[in-house]
Amino acid sequence: MGELKLPMLRFLSTRLWNGALVMLGVSFISFLLFNFIGDPVNNLLGETATGAQKDAMRAALGLDQPLLFRFYSYISLALQGEFGISYRNLEPVGRLLMSRVPATLELSLCAAVLALGVGIPMGVYAGIKRNSWLAQSMQVVSLIGVSIPSFLTGIILILIFSVELNWLPAYGRGEVVKFSNWSTGLLTITGLKSLVMPSITLALFQLTLFMRLVRSEMMEVLRTDYIKFARARGIRDRSIYFHHALKNTLIPVITVAGLQLGALIAFSIITETVFQWPGLGLLIIQAITFADIPVIAAYLILIALLFVTINAVVDMLYFWVDPRVRLG
Amino acid sequence: MTSQALLRVQHLRVEIPTRRGVLLALDDVSFTIAPGEILGFVGESGAGKSLTGMAILGLLDPPGRVASGEIWLGERRIDTLSQREMRLIRGKQIGAVFQDPLMSLNPLLQIGDQLIESIRTHLPLTHEQAAARALALMRSVGIPAPEARFTAYPHQFSGGMRQRIVIALALCAQPELIVADEPTTALDVSIQAQVLHLLKSQCREQGTAMLLVTHDMGVIAETADRVAVMYAGRIVEIGPVADVIKAPVHPYTRGLMGAIPSLAPVTGPLAQIDGAMPRLNARPDGCAFHPRCPAATAQCRAQSPGLETRHGRQVACWVHQASQEAA
Amino acid sequence: MMDQTPAGLLAPAPSAWHRFLDSDFVYSFRQSPTAIVAAAVLLLFVLVALLAPWIAPQNPFDPAALELINSRIPPAWLEGGQARFPLGTDGQGRDLLSVLMFGLRISLLVSFCATLFALAVGVTLGLISGSAGGRIDNLIMRLADMQLSFPTILVALLIDGLSRALLPRSVHEQLALWVVVFAIGISTWVQYARTVRGATLVEKTKDYVHAARLIGMGPLRILFKHVLPNVLGPVLVIATLSLGLGILTEATLSFLGLGVPPTSPSLGTLIRIGNEVLFSGEWWVTVMPGACLVVLVLAINLLGDWLRDVFNPKLK
Repeated sequence: MGELKLPMLRFLSTRLWNGALVMLGVSFISFLLFNFIGDPVNNLLGETATGAQKDAMRAALGLDQPLLFRFYSYISLALQGEFGISYRNLEPVGRLLMSRVPATLELSLCAAVLALGVGIPMGVYAGIKRNSWLAQSMQVVSLIGVSIPSFLTGIILILIFSVELNWLPAYGRGEVVKFSNWSTGLLTITGLKSLVMPSITLALFQLTLFMRLVRSEMMEVLRTDYIKFARARGIRDRSIYFHHALKNTLIPVITVAGLQLGALIAFSIITETVFQWPGLGLLIIQAITFADIPVIAAYLILIALLFVTINAVVDMLYFWVDPRVRLG
Repeated sequence: MTSQALLRVQHLRVEIPTRRGVLLALDDVSFTIAPGEILGFVGESGAGKSLTGMAILGLLDPPGRVASGEIWLGERRIDTLSQREMRLIRGKQIGAVFQDPLMSLNPLLQIGDQLIESIRTHLPLTHEQAAARALALMRSVGIPAPEARFTAYPHQFSGGMRQRIVIALALCAQPELIVADEPTTALDVSIQAQVLHLLKSQCREQGTAMLLVTHDMGVIAETADRVAVMYAGRIVEIGPVADVIKAPVHPYTRGLMGAIPSLAPVTGPLAQIDGAMPRLNARPDGCAFHPRCPAATAQCRAQSPGLETRHGRQVACWVHQASQEAA
Repeated sequence: MMDQTPAGLLAPAPSAWHRFLDSDFVYSFRQSPTAIVAAAVLLLFVLVALLAPWIAPQNPFDPAALELINSRIPPAWLEGGQARFPLGTDGQGRDLLSVLMFGLRISLLVSFCATLFALAVGVTLGLISGSAGGRIDNLIMRLADMQLSFPTILVALLIDGLSRALLPRSVHEQLALWVVVFAIGISTWVQYARTVRGATLVEKTKDYVHAARLIGMGPLRILFKHVLPNVLGPVLVIATLSLGLGILTEATLSFLGLGVPPTSPSLGTLIRIGNEVLFSGEWWVTVMPGACLVVLVLAINLLGDWLRDVFNPKLK
């Protein structure tokens, strides 16, 4: 394990450098939005601030200063969590964003568990027993699954389970239990019921993706020479599938899974809109429709940070898992 | 047809159904291998040598399949066995060595683990016993300092070392027969001789027979006892190595021998057989070689010759038969 | 020895059209029932979309043609339905079949244009990147990598959202359609660029390219004559699958209220409108455009999958 230092460090540094560039770029766009659309002082203090406060802020911001200086002050404010006041509901943006994070995170996590926990085993099965009728029908269903946009899935689910059968609530999170900064819907009946349809909707696209990916990877791996050689040595089928083939299959899947976590966050925007789920996604849609600049600017930075982090973690994971990359 | 033959292949026919019809990959292939004997299979790419080995192992890539014929291992017929029964034979009674050692070894598993797994699949040993045996195996195939390299991964070894490990894996359960498909082709020329020597000595030591598939006549000359020459899915000549090389009978074999460059002073252009081996979907009627054969007769064009045994040599050629009968 | 072929028996060389018909491509098409059906369905949809203004039974944009008395009629095969409105009507008395045709038209228009745009940008950048090498290549690939760390839907959404925030309202309404095309196009250029760059790099090292350069062939001509044909297959596969994805992305954006303007509703817009009356029991207003969308994208995906198999060298 000791020899992994140098190549890994070099690889990581490129990644971190790329990530830093992205953050810089996105922050700059946010800064431009914040400072040139509408009045930056209003953005920071809200319309209802007093004249004196606004004058003080105007001086502090140094609006006649060169661009770079203002960019710098924007960044330093951002690092303190200060993103201004939302146009729409006049709350501090930082606090507003944070209050919505638990809802989105909980939803995304449930969906991730569903997508991975169902998608991967299905894919493994379809890859091994690829001519069975079950595997073939999985293929057909997955093809349809990839052709349905997730908002439509949500609507259909609502149509069936809320409008027709009235089993599950169509909108909102139900009752949530709050403690310190977090709130969860997992501890109440209505909370759990409310989670069902949104999680399935969010998970479906990813689930079919994983199923198809794992299946095709599995089939590829089972065609390789080393599997053939293992068979030629009389290794048991069970061992071939789960000891040899599975490891090799899952490595590319890990990268995709990590990136899909990011996609989940993106797709949660759609799901939250369909189900009126009070998370970050619904917030940003409302912000865009309302042209709520402070929220949009802050959201951009938050999202960029999230994705850069996810990508870096996935890359490190890849490093750790594949001995060819690790030990060069 | 001696009852002592270890492997008996009779009239083996392998077909590959494709979208455009059924391709005949192996046509009426028959041969035997005695215990401890090394039989070489030589021929161009696509002649069917590898397919023969795969058919024996029961590892034909679908949709390829054995259409007819019989394969006997000792007293037991193996071409009709189920996959599960065949699995018990593979590794334990029939082993295999493939061409590219980098592709043959799972890149994500340590060498030691792969060895232990193979050993424990066939022998009732504990983990520690299997590990000890694995180390001994690594030593016997010439891997220096095996303890240190036990936990290494395949990509950390050189090509020659990897193939030695492959040989160790193939022989770990001491099978009676090894199918070696181009075992040295992917290696550096300087290492080929070493690995071949290892393969041969291991087989001699354990009394293991070998089906050695290669396109390199030199490898055959070094290693094999008998040689079978394949052309377009059929065996055209079989006999003891020294005899076939010194006095080839079939026109194709003669062409092959003539095409081998020698170290003697160059006397003229390298002999070459005109034309190319027909592809599976473009087989001519009659003898597959007749379009390129300088001595082709009307019978050659009409009918495919069978293997005729004469003086310890089997040859499939009308012209040769006719000349023998006339003699 | 090979028989001599008498000169007089040589047939004239087949024309390019006949060679195409005889090719593996057409052969595997004819052998694959899914490909044939998918292509037929797609063709049908495209024709309907092109001819919508002429073949739609009603013009849903003309307020004079609508009568409130015709509103909320269920599809013809249900109780209360009328043959005149085979798929039912919406809250304003619009015939759903006609509305669907026009919606289909917009959906297909937007995604075709977006796909073409992404293809043009991506292929060009890929060619430049692959043939120029060095710092330009580095720059373009770095851009690609950075963009790839974000899901395409997010990129499209943010571009659309930003344009909405940046442009004054009147300008935005006029340009909305093209903003969507731009947003979707920009979010998908990367795949083309990478594939084409890879192919360019491979071809660059080949001998015939060296030879062509030696005889003085300009680099552009080399690119067009040698690299492009090799890359056409995979690019076609990407384009087909992107088309389907583009339709879904546009539908999603329109559903969220961010896509095409309400004056030219696409299938996504229609689904959104239908969603608002979901609980009043008029399910057909949402389900009909939804079904149309799914069938369309399914056909495209099937075709794309088949194309991918045809061009996959490993399966040859």
